[in-house]
Amino acid sequence: MAEEKKRKRRKRSWTKNDTELTLLAVPTTVWYILFCFLPMFGLIIAFKNYRVTAGKSFFYNVFSSDWYGFKNFEFLFKSNDLFVILRNTIVYNLVFIVLGLVISVTAAILISLIHSKRKAKVYQTLMIFPYFMSWVVVAYFADAFLNMDNGLINSMIRDGGGQAVSWYMTAGAWPFILVFMYIWKNVGYSMVIYLSSIAGIDQTLYEAAVVDGANKRQQVFNITLPCLKNVIIMMFILNIGKIFYSDFGLFYQVSQGAKGSIFTATATIDTYVFNAIRSSAPIGMPAAVNFFQSIACCITILAANALVKKLDSDSAII
Amino acid sequence: MAKDRQMEDSLVRLNRIKPQTNVLFNIMFTIFAAISIIPVIFVFIISITSEQSIRLHGYRFWPAEFSSEAYKFLINEADSIMRAFGISVLVAVVGTILGLILTSTMGYVISRSNYKLNGFMTMVVFIPMIFNGGMLSSYVINIQLLNLKDSVWALILPLCVSSFNVIICKTFFKTNIPESVFESAQIDGASQFVTFTRIAIPLAKPMMATIALFLCFGYWNDWFQASLYITNTRLLSLQALLNNIQRAIEMMANNPTQGLSLQAYWNAMPKEGARMAMAVIIVVPIACTYPFFQKYFISGLTVGAVKG
Repeated sequence: MAEEKKRKRRKRSWTKNDTELTLLAVPTTVWYILFCFLPMFGLIIAFKNYRVTAGKSFFYNVFSSDWYGFKNFEFLFKSNDLFVILRNTIVYNLVFIVLGLVISVTAAILISLIHSKRKAKVYQTLMIFPYFMSWVVVAYFADAFLNMDNGLINSMIRDGGGQAVSWYMTAGAWPFILVFMYIWKNVGYSMVIYLSSIAGIDQTLYEAAVVDGANKRQQVFNITLPCLKNVIIMMFILNIGKIFYSDFGLFYQVSQGAKGSIFTATATIDTYVFNAIRSSAPIGMPAAVNFFQSIACCITILAANALVKKLDSDSAII
Repeated sequence: MAKDRQMEDSLVRLNRIKPQTNVLFNIMFTIFAAISIIPVIFVFIISITSEQSIRLHGYRFWPAEFSSEAYKFLINEADSIMRAFGISVLVAVVGTILGLILTSTMGYVISRSNYKLNGFMTMVVFIPMIFNGGMLSSYVINIQLLNLKDSVWALILPLCVSSFNVIICKTFFKTNIPESVFESAQIDGASQFVTFTRIAIPLAKPMMATIALFLCFGYWNDWFQASLYITNTRLLSLQALLNNIQRAIEMMANNPTQGLSLQAYWNAMPKEGARMAMAVIIVVPIACTYPFFQKYFISGLTVGAVKG
C-alpha cells in the first residue's frame, strides 16, 4: 500500500504547485549551497598542497594546487599536537556530559520538591542566567577572579600571606577551571529542560505511590527517574554524537587563547584550527585536522542516531 | 467534586518533603542561584571602583573607593562604543529578519508532503546536520570565494539559517496547523505564496517568535564571526570590541619587551574599570529581557524534539 502510494507520487507530473514551492525554497537552498555544501567540497584541501594565488578564485586555487596525498596527515601524526588536542576534546567532553547530566538531573529533581513554587521559579530564573551570556563576557567574569595582579583569588591569597599564583600559566588548574565554568554556564539551562519533563509526569503515579505508602525517596527512585530515563538517554547519546566538537568559546575565551604554557591542558581541535587560521602558518596541517574532525563527527553522529533509533525510533533525527 | 479536590490537596500536602528538608533545599538553591549571578555583580562592582583602589587592593567586593570614572571614560569614547552598539543592533535585527524568512520558507516547503522535490529538499536540510565542512573549510570558502572579509554580511549570513530551526519550523507547520486549512486555501485557488504568507505565517506566530529569539540572542552574543572575518575596527560589534581589547591586553602581557610604543598604547587602552563597564553594558540588555523570554527557549527545544 505504502509503496504504491510512493510510486504514484513519483509518477505524478510536475505541477504549478511544485514550481511555486521550488521558488519559495530557492533562497534557502542557495544559502545551504554556499554555507554548507561548498565547505564540504572545501575539505578537499586537506589532500592538497594548498597555495593561494593572489587575485585568483578559490576554485582556481584548489585545482592548481598539487595533490599531496596523505602528507598533511603524516605531518599531523608526527607532531605531538594531535594527541593533545584529541585527548583534550574527548576527555573534556566526556566529563562535561557525565557531570553535567548528573548535576542537572539531581538539581531538577531537588528543585521540583521545594514546597514554594514561586521560590523554585526564582531559583530557576537566576540559575539559567549564565546560559545567556557569551563566552567573551564570561571570560571577563573569570578574569575578575583569576587575574594575576588584581584577581580576587590572588588578592585573598596575598591577604593570607601566600604567594600569588599566575593562573593563566598554571596548567594543573585548568581542568578544574574549565569544568567549573562549563557547569556554571550550562547546568541551569539543562536543569530547566529536565524540569519540564518532570512536570509532564502523570501525577496519579505519585498519588498511587502515596496510597501504597512510598516515601519521597522511593518515589524519586521508582517514579521520577524511570520516567526521565528516556530523556536522559536521549540527551546523553546526542551529546556523545558531538564528542569531537568542543565548545570553542569556553576553551578559547576563558583560557585566553588556549596556548603557551597551558596549551596541553586547554587546547582542543577547534582552538587548534582557529589559532592556525589566525597565524600565518601554512594551512596543510590544520586542514588535515579539520578533515579528520568532520569525518569523525559524521561517524559519531550517525552511530548515536542509530542507537537512538533502536531505543526510541521517534526521537531519531534521520 | 469539592471533596475530591480536598482529598487531592491533602494528598499533595502529605506527599511533600519534610519541612527541614525543604529548608535545606532552599538554602542549597539559594547558594546555587547566588553562584550564578555573583560574577555579574562582581564585575559591576569593579566597574564602579576607582582605578586607584584597583591598583592598591585589586578587585574587591567592597572597594575602598567608588568612582564613576569608568562610565565617564565610556561616555568620552561614546563614538566607538555607540558605533559598536549600532553594529550589534543592526546585525541582530537584519540577521533575525533574514533568518526568519529563510527558515520559515524552507520549513514550509519541506512540510508539504505533496511537493515533488520534498525528499530532495529534506536532504538539503538534513545532511548539514550530520556532516559539515568545519571551521577551516568554511573560512577558506567565505574569504576566498564569497569575499566576506571585512563585510558586515560576514557577521550576518553564516549564522542566519540552522537546520535545527528549519526542523522546528517544519514540525510546527506539519503538526500544529491542520492540513485541511491548507487544502481549503488551495481549493479556493490560492497560490503557494498566498497560502504561505496569509495562512501559514499568521498561524505560526508563537513558533516564529521562538525562532526569532534564538536568532536574536545568537547574533547579540556572537563574537566568533567578527574574530575571523573583521579587521576593520569600524565594523566591530560590542562583543567583538570586548574580544579585541582582551586579545590586545594578552598580547601586551605576552610581549612585555616592546618598550615605549607599547607604553603609549597601554595608556590609550581602556583601564580595568572601563573594560568591566563594557561587559556590564553588554549584559544589561540581556539581563533585563531574558526572564520574559526564557519560557520560549524551553518550549522551542521541546517543539524541536517532536519529530514530524
